Amino acid sequence: MTSLRRRISLRLREALHGYGFIALWIAGFSLFTLVPLIETFRYSLHQVTVTAEGIRLDFTQWANYTRALFTDPNFIERVIGYAIETIVSVPIVLIFSMIIAIFLNLNFKFKGVFRTIFFLPVVITSGPVIRELTAQGATAAPGIANVPAVAEFLAQLPRTLRSPVEYLLTSFILILWFSGVQILIYLSSLQKVDKSIYEAAAIDGASAWEAYWKITLPSLSTANLVNAVYTVITLSHFSENKVIQYIYNQTYAVQGGIGYASAMAFLYFAVMVILLGIVYLFLAGQAKKERD
Amino acid sequence: MQTLRRLNLDGLKSLLFGSRTRSGLLFSALLYTLLIAIGFVYLYPLLFMFVTSLKSPSDLLNPMVQWVPTELYTGNYEKAYRVLDYPNTLMASILVSVVPSLLQTFVASLVGYGLARYRFWGKNLVLLFILATFIIPPQNTLIPQMLAYKELGLLGSPWALILPAMLAQGYRSAIFILIFYQSFISLPKVLEEAARLDGASDLRIFLTIAVPSALPAFIVSFIFSVVWYWNETFLTAIFLEGGVTTLPMQLSRFVQAYENLYPPGTVNIFDRLNEAVKMSGTFLNIAPLLVMYFLLQKWFVESVERTGITGE
Repeated sequence: MTSLRRRISLRLREALHGYGFIALWIAGFSLFTLVPLIETFRYSLHQVTVTAEGIRLDFTQWANYTRALFTDPNFIERVIGYAIETIVSVPIVLIFSMIIAIFLNLNFKFKGVFRTIFFLPVVITSGPVIRELTAQGATAAPGIANVPAVAEFLAQLPRTLRSPVEYLLTSFILILWFSGVQILIYLSSLQKVDKSIYEAAAIDGASAWEAYWKITLPSLSTANLVNAVYTVITLSHFSENKVIQYIYNQTYAVQGGIGYASAMAFLYFAVMVILLGIVYLFLAGQAKKERD
Repeated sequence: MQTLRRLNLDGLKSLLFGSRTRSGLLFSALLYTLLIAIGFVYLYPLLFMFVTSLKSPSDLLNPMVQWVPTELYTGNYEKAYRVLDYPNTLMASILVSVVPSLLQTFVASLVGYGLARYRFWGKNLVLLFILATFIIPPQNTLIPQMLAYKELGLLGSPWALILPAMLAQGYRSAIFILIFYQSFISLPKVLEEAARLDGASDLRIFLTIAVPSALPAFIVSFIFSVVWYWNETFLTAIFLEGGVTTLPMQLSRFVQAYENLYPPGTVNIFDRLNEAVKMSGTFLNIAPLLVMYFLLQKWFVESVERTGITGE
């Protein structure tokens, strides 16, 4: 009996100490995430007017949401553009960063130099820098978009196909610049793979090609998932993102105001979660199979 | 004769295509070609920026001058330096990125340690919420925060960034908490348990045993934190508006600031705002980060590999 009580009190003590360590987080989460999130949701159901005395809320039910979805063509257009760009970018970022990580995992001369170059974007990718570079045309794949044959080819494409391809050509470098952290994640996964598996496979007569598909790729499946999720989130939070800029501008607009901007923020969040869900469905099954 | 030719052929083959022990010439050539090509694609915007920033106004107009300016012209940098109000904005940038980063790293390590070492009710829920804070877009929580800061008179002061960092809600705090969680979980518990038997308090164990052994996680978190705070302009622009001006904030209103210093119409054609001056400003903006990167670049890769950021 006493030992049971002692065990309970020990567990309680452990739990209390644990809560002590995360107390700051609990306070921060409530103050800076939970309360503002609920508050924003409340705004989204109201017409918000900022007056000298404070904020006035007029309940409008879902009017802000229906306006964003059905009456405001700008919002939907930007969200669709964002979704397409994200869906196009994620595989490119993944494939690219995987290739670079595999390269950097090899042994060759001047590896340090190349490594330095490939991680450079992690350090310098910020909104204003990207904006200046894009404005100067420095982020397009050098020269490709100006080749007449390419322009002709683009004109032939149906509209739905044209915008992703155009995006690809004009923002190619930009997409690659978002791969820095992903390369790091792939690289650290690659280094966890036991070298002796490759040796065993080679002795059994597997070619490098087979080893890639049968050993390297499956061992990267968790990293794939982590990277895909990371990519979607960074692209969605990037300050040059057109949807975010539109929401930001609407916050100060006379016609829209805080209520409308809040409603759009939630719709945008929903679209982002759907995109994350798609990515997850695509890659999670694979990752799970590998772990079992 | 036959065998000799055979041997020669084999030698050539292994030289070109490689053997089990070393990679072949052909393979190396392909590898370097690809690496250089990709490296060029990565460096292209930077080179473009740097070269353009050195062009004098006459070079800019001259279609013959593409990649090699005719003279080393530093006038753009002098102008950009003045327009950016460089010493002040640089100090401001350092302040609002280093201070929150230090706090955020320390608090994230506390939270990560608590999650990794203690059993308590609701732990998985906390982990889930930590992930959620990473996913929730900033605009979903921004407006009430801004209004609250305004009420408290903190809008425009560095406290608007320091407070969330102190409570593990800074910019991308979730990632750092997960990094610490991961690295504390992978560290052996033995030393900590021995210290506990000797009667050391939990906080003391954390500070004297856990912190030193997770040093790589601290370094990588701090570096990334500084870089991300430096480059984050959306939140800083909103929270610091009307108060502190950071380097990226000044860059985003470069045109306006330029026209205040050199009003159009009063200056001669060579002093008008051109892309060379803009590129100088952009380069000055990233220069401190480049310096930091080249000094610390070993840590970027090696400590990420050691902390096991992948989170399996």
